[in-house]
Amino acid sequence: MKNVLVVGNGMVGYKFCEKFRASQKDGDYKLIVFGEEPRPAYDRVHLSEYFENQDAQKLELAPREWYRENNIELITSERITSINSKQKEIETSSKKTYPYDYLVLATGSSPFVPPIDGVDKQGVFVYRTIEDLEDMLTYAAKLKKEKPNSKATVLGGGLLGLEAAKAVMDMGLEPHVVEFADKLMPRQLDNSGSNILKQKLESLGINIHLSKATSKILGNGKIEGMQFKGADRLDTDMLVISAGIRPRDELAKTCDLEAGPRGGIVVNNKMQTSDPSIYAIGEVALYNQMIYGLVAPGYEMADIAVEQILGSSEKFMSEHIDMSTKLKLIGVDVASFGNPFVPAEEGHSILFENKINHVYKRINISTDGKKLLGGILIGDAEDYNMLHQIYLNGMALPENIEDLVLGARSEGDDSFGSAMALPDSAQICSCENVSKKDICGSLLEGEATNFKEVVCQTKATSGCGGCKPMVTELVNETLKSLGQEVKETICEHFEYTRQELYDIIKVKKIRTFDEALDACGIGHGCETCKPLIASILASLYNDTANKEDVIQDSNDKFLANIQRNGTYSVVPRIPGGEITPEKLITIGEVGKKYNLYTKITGGQRIDLFGAQLHELPGIWKTLIDAGFESGHAYGKSLRTVKSCVGSTWCRYGMDESVSFAIELEDRYKGLRSPHKIKGGVSGCIRECAEARGKDFGVIAVEGGWNLYVCGNGGATPKHAQLLAEQIDNETCIKYLDRFLMYYIQTAAPLMRTAAWLDKLEGGIEQLKKVVVEDSLSIAAELEEEMQQLVDAYECEWRQIVENEELQGRFKHYLNSDETDDNLVFVPMRDQKMPKAW
Amino acid sequence: MNLSTYETVKNTDANVWFEIAKESDFPKNGGVCIKYKDKQIAVYNFTRKGTWYACQNLCPHKLEMVLSRGMIGDEGGIPKVACPMHKKTFSLESGENLNGDLEAIAVYPVKIEKGIVYVGFSE
Repeated sequence: MKNVLVVGNGMVGYKFCEKFRASQKDGDYKLIVFGEEPRPAYDRVHLSEYFENQDAQKLELAPREWYRENNIELITSERITSINSKQKEIETSSKKTYPYDYLVLATGSSPFVPPIDGVDKQGVFVYRTIEDLEDMLTYAAKLKKEKPNSKATVLGGGLLGLEAAKAVMDMGLEPHVVEFADKLMPRQLDNSGSNILKQKLESLGINIHLSKATSKILGNGKIEGMQFKGADRLDTDMLVISAGIRPRDELAKTCDLEAGPRGGIVVNNKMQTSDPSIYAIGEVALYNQMIYGLVAPGYEMADIAVEQILGSSEKFMSEHIDMSTKLKLIGVDVASFGNPFVPAEEGHSILFENKINHVYKRINISTDGKKLLGGILIGDAEDYNMLHQIYLNGMALPENIEDLVLGARSEGDDSFGSAMALPDSAQICSCENVSKKDICGSLLEGEATNFKEVVCQTKATSGCGGCKPMVTELVNETLKSLGQEVKETICEHFEYTRQELYDIIKVKKIRTFDEALDACGIGHGCETCKPLIASILASLYNDTANKEDVIQDSNDKFLANIQRNGTYSVVPRIPGGEITPEKLITIGEVGKKYNLYTKITGGQRIDLFGAQLHELPGIWKTLIDAGFESGHAYGKSLRTVKSCVGSTWCRYGMDESVSFAIELEDRYKGLRSPHKIKGGVSGCIRECAEARGKDFGVIAVEGGWNLYVCGNGGATPKHAQLLAEQIDNETCIKYLDRFLMYYIQTAAPLMRTAAWLDKLEGGIEQLKKVVVEDSLSIAAELEEEMQQLVDAYECEWRQIVENEELQGRFKHYLNSDETDDNLVFVPMRDQKMPKAW
Repeated sequence: MNLSTYETVKNTDANVWFEIAKESDFPKNGGVCIKYKDKQIAVYNFTRKGTWYACQNLCPHKLEMVLSRGMIGDEGGIPKVACPMHKKTFSLESGENLNGDLEAIAVYPVKIEKGIVYVGFSE
């Protein structure tokens, strides 16, 4: 039995363990890993995510059990203090010794703290570990209490520094970045790139100070400001230092390992140090006189060290290490690959700059115009994966080289071609070093049959995830080449697309979930197929959610929107946003009686939050008695038809937009669909109802209405597109019936109209043919089906209020009339909110 | 409230069989919440499989008392419940989190005698 000791349980140390046990299950080697931090290895690349959820476990690369299951001894909170290379043993800070046959140093690096006068003051931090982040959070919270407009400054405008700036901004402090160089990210960007990034970050509220050499940290005991060389200074209440890294090479001195003049333990291409039984990997290793601060080269080093120790391969570390990176920095795409700054005598650069949208692209081409040498992308890095591949594989460039920057500009052209055109050796996932051949091969050899299995087999996409679009394309194309249809089936219970299932249920006249499962499914259903079938049944028969409440999604089950603490919000329908004073008073009285938080929604109605399950029927009894109906705010269904005040009052109005909005909302209320549907009606082209940001929008013009479809707000805003011009009310309703029914029947689950139109072959022109010209001869059928749904409408809350039996599910306990004692509310601006998670 | 209130009870370790209600009081293929001492327990009538399950009502993800309101189903033959808040899924047999690394939830045995539903506790 041989002892392999790993010093350092960071990302690279962990990767070594993972790869070691993948090659060598157990038996001949005992593997012990030491970590100086209290917790097992975590994902430092995504450290800033800790601020979003403060859940350290989410960042863990593997839980403690993983080490146990894989026969790895994990010793945390223990630092190694010396190596005795003659005795081949190490000593820990608690004076324990461990013998080794092979020693792997993966001690990483520590933040470099420049020797500035006053750097030891209170309020000065570094950004490296979860503990650092926790200390920053505590300090920031204290600052905000004492002084609401506190400022926090990050020293260092590199990659990590900008991440830290985002972190302090998220803590609610005014963020500043101070950089010594005259540009941001000096190792990755040129001046123009830095300028664009600076403008973009400043527009997001981050203050950037370039060319500043800090000479002193000011303040009495705690930091109050920074003095720069020259006269100027910056007031700040907190400082985060992110001025580069220093390898943690102190162990090298305890046993005379060769180290570099500026730190780092020298290794050869086997990752061996000057002592052949001691290896060094990751940020502590000095390879080709360089320290590599990225995770991908660290993982490759881990792999080489494993292979070398197990003696099973003649694999060596690559001679040239790719330092390309792509990341999303505070929501801005930033990528740099190959050589970003090729000097004029070695190549030519093609530049694109758009200061309006903050986009900058630069690619560097060899002087003969044949090879891509590197580049920079800011603001739009969508083409990074392909450009990176072209660079890595020395692939031929397109005829119009500028297409690589501008995209192909004539229809049907593709400047990049498909991922399938890449050579087999192309490295697709750089974190896990997975080639195109590995991915396609796992499918061709039958080891995997779908995307999920490919990921299990090859580990591609499991690092930073940036290569996911490319892996998906390779998987789909390879499956197609094998003659397999790539189908987006619903789940393991139904091997159909939503549209196929819709047709089966319609033809077989299926009325319940169990009937559907028996007729065309397997197993017992799940949270994916249950609400989907509920939606199809509702779209076919307009059955309300009360008919089979156990297959409804969370909100539909109780006809209300479940909120953060498990209470619900209530939204009565206010068609077109028109409401009488009497009805407003009723809503106010309900809010008061049940102590609900009240807010106006974006859809021109009123939302009442904080209702407990058992209160819902009582609330609705009052609302229904006053003439309200369910607003279906909880459903994948028609929400609202927003309106401007229109010609009844407005001096510019061309038509009665409120009247038409009410008519449309009343017609389509309760309509269940693949996703939510919103509408809008504007009385003139000033468009105060924002109708073009809706799934359907109607705008009054000279001679009738213009009808727009397939717009939405949300994460990917889209303007609706013109379907028909200058039509009357009746025609508008006819086209809307056809359009909505066609969407409901053919869209994928949870696909809004804009995404559906994107997928529809032929786009809006094709949709015009189907809806306006009736090219498929289905218009009459669609209209008839819609009319049936309109006629079958019932208010599902009225059903409950009028039927005591249906009220049974609105109770917290089956066996007690007590209510949930777990709820805690805290006051906020004269109302209440749930206590924070 | 904290997670340690809930610990899995094996059928063989149940010392107290707490009577809940008649079988017919439970929704088919759905869940309800019941109160036992200071505990909130979700009980599911998985009619399609002809089986019953019980687990803590507390979702370990955001510590909300909501699991009884989740949809049930199966994954690769394992019966499961999906939390209504963020669709974290848990095995109703082992309590294990099937789509993530959350800690397992506690599960409890259920028995039916003469049409009455009982949940087993160790104390």
